[in-house]
Amino acid sequence: MFRNQYDSDVTVWSPQGRIHQVEYAMEAVKLGSATVGLKNKTHAVLVALKRAASELSAYQKKLFPIDEHVGISISGLTADARMLSRYMRTECLNYKYAHDAPLPLNRLLLKLGNKMQVCTQRYDKRPYGVGLLIAGYDDSGPHIYQTCPSANYYDCRAMAIGSRSQSARTYLEKHLDIFPNCATEELVAHGLRALRDTLPNEVELTVKNVSIGIVGVDTTYKEFAENETARYLSMIEGEERRGAPPTGTDPVAPDDGSENEPRDPEPVVAMDTE
Amino acid sequence: MFEVSALHNFGFPANSLDLLGNNEFQTINDDPIGHFHTPITTATSVLGLAFDNGVILAADTLGSYGSLARFKNISRVLKVNKNIILGVGGDYADFQYLKELVNGKMIGEECLEDNVPLKPASLHCWLTRVLYQRRSKVDPLWNNVLIAGVQNKTPYLGFIDKLGTAVKDTVIATGFGAHIAVPLLRNGVQKKPNMNKQEAEELIVKCMEVLYYRDARSFNKYELGIITPDEVQIKGPISIKANWDISQYVSGYE
Repeated sequence: MFRNQYDSDVTVWSPQGRIHQVEYAMEAVKLGSATVGLKNKTHAVLVALKRAASELSAYQKKLFPIDEHVGISISGLTADARMLSRYMRTECLNYKYAHDAPLPLNRLLLKLGNKMQVCTQRYDKRPYGVGLLIAGYDDSGPHIYQTCPSANYYDCRAMAIGSRSQSARTYLEKHLDIFPNCATEELVAHGLRALRDTLPNEVELTVKNVSIGIVGVDTTYKEFAENETARYLSMIEGEERRGAPPTGTDPVAPDDGSENEPRDPEPVVAMDTE
Repeated sequence: MFEVSALHNFGFPANSLDLLGNNEFQTINDDPIGHFHTPITTATSVLGLAFDNGVILAADTLGSYGSLARFKNISRVLKVNKNIILGVGGDYADFQYLKELVNGKMIGEECLEDNVPLKPASLHCWLTRVLYQRRSKVDPLWNNVLIAGVQNKTPYLGFIDKLGTAVKDTVIATGFGAHIAVPLLRNGVQKKPNMNKQEAEELIVKCMEVLYYRDARSFNKYELGIITPDEVQIKGPISIKANWDISQYVSGYE
């Protein structure tokens, strides 16, 4: 039933000073497929890997438009992400109605962070089981924010979340210095390369399983159509993949090592995206 | 139904029957006429003129009680932040309410500590929502508001009336000034487009003088608000030296 004595509720502390329910919610982010966000001095880009639940079903949407200046990509529970995106859309719309101007990103994140925090502190609620990458553009330039179920949020130069995303983060860290001054087209290509590093060897990026979103100066947020995505995919085609260890870097669920204790059912993850 | 009449009328008896203690009219719904407020202490015109890199506002310092010149030293040109100044005419009590409302909003914005300064277009829109909401309750804030500022290094001048009608222009005057000062200001702008600060100030001062001669609710003391990308200035009170010797030449209105 429980993995330990102190994880029965979000309001319960463990003697080590941890709140296990919140930490479990953080694991939900790692179950979603990977998504990458990065920015240069003028634009912010989101790149996401889509999954299909089965051969017969369509690929699950990963990118959601919020306002003309904001878009998000998600990893984790899609239903929770839709709650949060509806909230963000409402807030952006209200601000635009009252102020005739787009809601600055830091204010949007402040509101979102406060909303998400509430359910990490109340016994009758649960944390949101989704991580977001939020790309936006406002008077202070392009932004990439990351949010967690713990209601922490981070202002990032680049970030990747989701299953096997450590490989993408490694790529981003390695090339962090060139992002600010690189051309926007090249920035998208870097995003795709980072995303490709999260794939198992037998899987390829295709126009079907990749979503690209962009926002920036004089560019309202938009998600690329398949033919545009194809153009960017051709930019990185045939390149050798960087050394991303295919397994073991990012465990799907924490393994406490004891075989005898009852375990949560492992979700069946359809990584075959072809 | 609901006993809201006392609230709605701010404790004032709605009619003479109440004075006698016969509370026949207990609710708004029973009140066949419906009372809303009319202005009590009022202030007259506000002038606004955009020049090459900023905006200038002018308003006199008189609070009139009907035709009585009741308060001679009230201020109604105010700085909101380094981007925005306001000039307000109409009911002085409603202006004081509006001032506190804007003040509260600015404190709220400051508390965010995020270095996102409010822009004149945003405050213009926000005040429009406030005024329109009040007119929709059939309880309007009886004011004309001029919003002046600098946005993206270009001058911004906006106007709202008590119904929440919003207008943007480079030359705006409210009240009697809309009749007397606007033609003078437009003439001046036509003769000299892209005036500098000093020229704009001279033109506005001239208009305030003409208004003092022509507007019976005006006064010989006024304030100027000048906003440019570099500074916000509230000047005054400045006195008008009137020459009433010329009054004998005005004839034909007897």
